[in-house]
Order: sequence, then structure tokens, then C-alpha cells
Amino acid sequence: MNPRILAVTTGRILRQLRHDRRTVALLLVVPALLLTLVYYMYADQPARSGEVSTFDRIALVMLGFFPFIVMFLVTSIAMLRERTTGTLERLLTTPLAKADLLFGYGIAFGLAGAVQAAVASALAYWLFDLDTAGGSGFVIMIAALNAVLAVALGLFCSAFARTEFQAVQFMPVVVAPQLLLCGLFVPRDEMAGWLQAISDVLPLSYAVEALQEVGAHAEPTGTMWRDVAVVAGAAVLALVLAAATLRRRSG
Amino acid sequence: MEDAIVLRDLVVDRGRRRVLHGISCAVPRGVVAGLLGPSGSGKTTLMRAVVGVQVVGGGTATVLGRPAGSADLRRRVGYLTQAPSVYADLTVRENARYFAALHGRGRADADRAIADVGLGAAAGQLVGTLSGGQRSRASLACALVGEPELIVLDEPTVGQDPVLRAELWSRFHELAASGVTLLVSSHVMDEAARCDRLLLIREGRLIADDTPDAVRAAAGVSDLDEAFLRLIRASETGAGVAAGAGGEAS
Repeated sequence: MNPRILAVTTGRILRQLRHDRRTVALLLVVPALLLTLVYYMYADQPARSGEVSTFDRIALVMLGFFPFIVMFLVTSIAMLRERTTGTLERLLTTPLAKADLLFGYGIAFGLAGAVQAAVASALAYWLFDLDTAGGSGFVIMIAALNAVLAVALGLFCSAFARTEFQAVQFMPVVVAPQLLLCGLFVPRDEMAGWLQAISDVLPLSYAVEALQEVGAHAEPTGTMWRDVAVVAGAAVLALVLAAATLRRRSG
Repeated sequence: MEDAIVLRDLVVDRGRRRVLHGISCAVPRGVVAGLLGPSGSGKTTLMRAVVGVQVVGGGTATVLGRPAGSADLRRRVGYLTQAPSVYADLTVRENARYFAALHGRGRADADRAIADVGLGAAAGQLVGTLSGGQRSRASLACALVGEPELIVLDEPTVGQDPVLRAELWSRFHELAASGVTLLVSSHVMDEAARCDRLLLIREGRLIADDTPDAVRAAAGVSDLDEAFLRLIRASETGAGVAAGAGGEAS
């Protein structure tokens, strides 16, 4: 890996994103619209005393979902384009190392995910009075980490898609089970044993638990740091797997 | 000085189909070598093997004295794929600067490469908004920008206007005069006459490897198109009107 090549590659990916103004606008506006929707859905439901309001519970987890879902899709398509337009093959004939490209995507879209999470969080805290015991900085950090995890999974999954149609089909395959089993809909400890076992190996479960720790505790807890480490480890593992799918020589 | 490209019995299979049947040839440094043949004859596969992105089934490809695809060749070899491989959502300048930076070159080098392919006026335009010919020139600029010692160009002049085509060819010869080796594929015979050396390939076999004049002489005609036709017929019948120009002759 070469820091200069990594930096110019990250810059190139961000520049591509910047030229696509509509995508940037959608990245920032859609979470806001969905948060608004959820806010008014639960606006009339009185919170039971001593319990977290339903909006707070759902919005906190949603802040982690947005970058995860969106960056998975964006990365899958971006990497598929690199493969189908021949830019990937060309890049691999230059001094660029595979890690430069993979980490370039991780950093660029990780940053994009962090900005998205920051905007959505600002809205949730200021406009919709989201209340968390811990600081909003931790919420954004975990959301950004989710973005990096999604980028890594997207880079890996794009190797198994030949067309854009196939690439978007990986979204329900990779993302939906993680959303369903992460503990938002049914608390993880109330699930059947085998569902819990699946939930235990899905990285998003740990990201959601980390967010819930931030929601419930003023200071970062050991559980939160452990969860953050698990998510980061899963991202690194997915990047290593993605590197294995990049071949300089093909048939 | 050693040759820029040396192929020995190069065999490439794609699936169950043999695409290259044991090709042997050598391209000296500082020349423009034309790789000619009909569509589907194996030109792109041969170029991919030289660049080192092709899985090879047998034989060897040596480039600038090193096995093709060696890590240190990545800064010494430039490759233009047949389909323009540049980022459509970046401007010409941003593309050139990115590929320049990968080779450790600066902005001035990027601007020079853009001017060399005649895209100076469109430098600020998004590649996605360019015409097909302009887009492939943008791709060409990105192959030239690293100032490689060997430049492999897969059909670089398709869709270009005749004036521009002539300019590109004179640029190729300038580069060759400065010691750079170019391997340029084409299926247009009038471009064959502009090459210092010709490799004629058909159905994965090399049927001529010589200078344009020697190819004409061997076939006994002055027209290259006609000369190739005769060489192809000779290679098919196995008889030798063109014995001197076949196989590994030089």
C-alpha cells in the first residue's frame, strides 16, 4: 500500500461522487424524510414513564441503518462499474496495489456515510428532540463504522454480480436479514435460540447493540467498545475477502 | 539491447477454445509494431498477455527483460484497452490527473498528455458527455501519461477523423524515435503501412512478422492488403509462396 496512491484514489472516488449532485442530494435528504415519517408515526403514542419513547428507540437505530444500506448499494454499483467498464483491469496494470483501491473506497464512502449520519443526527437531535444518555459523537462514529462495514461487504459482493440488476439483488440478501435480526423488531434475547445464533454472527447486531449502549449510558461502556471492535473486525475481514476477489490476471 | 517483447510458444486457452496457438515473435525496442488481423483473431488476447493480465496456458512472454505482469513492469508499461476505460463521471483532466498520479507524475504531465491527443479544448468536460472518438482519446491520454517504456494500444484510432489519425500516428513515431516501443493493434490496412514492423495474426496463429516492405516483397505485390491475402492463402495451403515472411522470419 502506498499512502500517496491511497490518497489520490480516495480523492478520485469522492470527486466522482461530487459530480453526481443528485446522488449527493438523495444521500442527505432521504434519511431526513424517513426520520420525519417515523417521528409523526409515533408522535401521538405516549411514552410510558421510565421508558425510552418509541421514536427515540427506533430513530437511534435508524441513524445506524441509513449509512449501512445506502453505502452497501452505492459501493456495489461503483465497484461493478469498475469491473464492467474496464477501469479495474486498467488500474491493476498500474502501480496501484489492491489495498489502495479497497481502502480508498472504504475511506471515501466511509466519509460520505459519516456526513450522512451527521446530517441525519443533527436533524434527529435538534428538530425531533432525540434523547440519548451518551453523546451524539458516538452515534455518528458507530454510523460511520457501519458505512465502512457496508462498503467492505459491497466490495466483496460485487464480485459475484455480472450486472447492475444482480448487484442490487444482493441488498435484500445481505442487508435485510441483518435488519430483521438486529434486535430492533424483537429484542435479541427474546428470539428463538436458532435465530439468536444467526443474529450473533451478523455484524449489524453488534452495531445496533453499541448504539443502544450509547442511548442508555452517559459514558461509553465496555460493551459498546467491544461491539465497535467486532464491527471493525468484520469490516476488515470483508475487505480481506474482497481483496481475494481482485485478480490481476483473468481468463 | 534486449528486445522489448519476446514471446516463446505462447498458448492461451479461453474455456475449451484455444485462442493463441503457440505464438513466437520478438519486437525490438524503439519501434512502432503493428498487430494486424481480423476481428476475433486473438489480437486483444495477445496484447493482454503482453501486459500481463491474461492467464497464459503455455510458453513465455518476456517484456522489457522481465516476465510479463511482473510488479515492476506496472510503472513501465502503458495499456489502452479496446473499450475506453476511463471514468465517465470525471472530466478528461480529472481522469488524466488520476492516472498521472498513479504513476507518480504531476499535473503538467497530465495536461501535456491531454494536449497530445488533441483534447485540450475538452479538458474540463465530463468524459460521459464526449463523443465516442473523444472518449477513446481520453483513454489514450491516460495510457500515455505515465511515460511508459512500452505502450500497448488496442485499436487506438477507431472512430477518429483522418486528420487526427495522422496526428496520432506521427505522435506514435515521435515516441518511438525517443526509444519508446509501441505495440498497436488495428484492422485497417492503411495503418499497417505506417508501422515499422508488422505482426499479422489469423485464427490465433502468426502468419507474418516482418517490416511492411519485406511483407510486400515476400508476397510479390505492392499492396499490403493484397499481400496479406496471399500470405493467408499460402498459410492455409501450407505451400510457400511467402516462405520468407512466415513464422519467425525477420
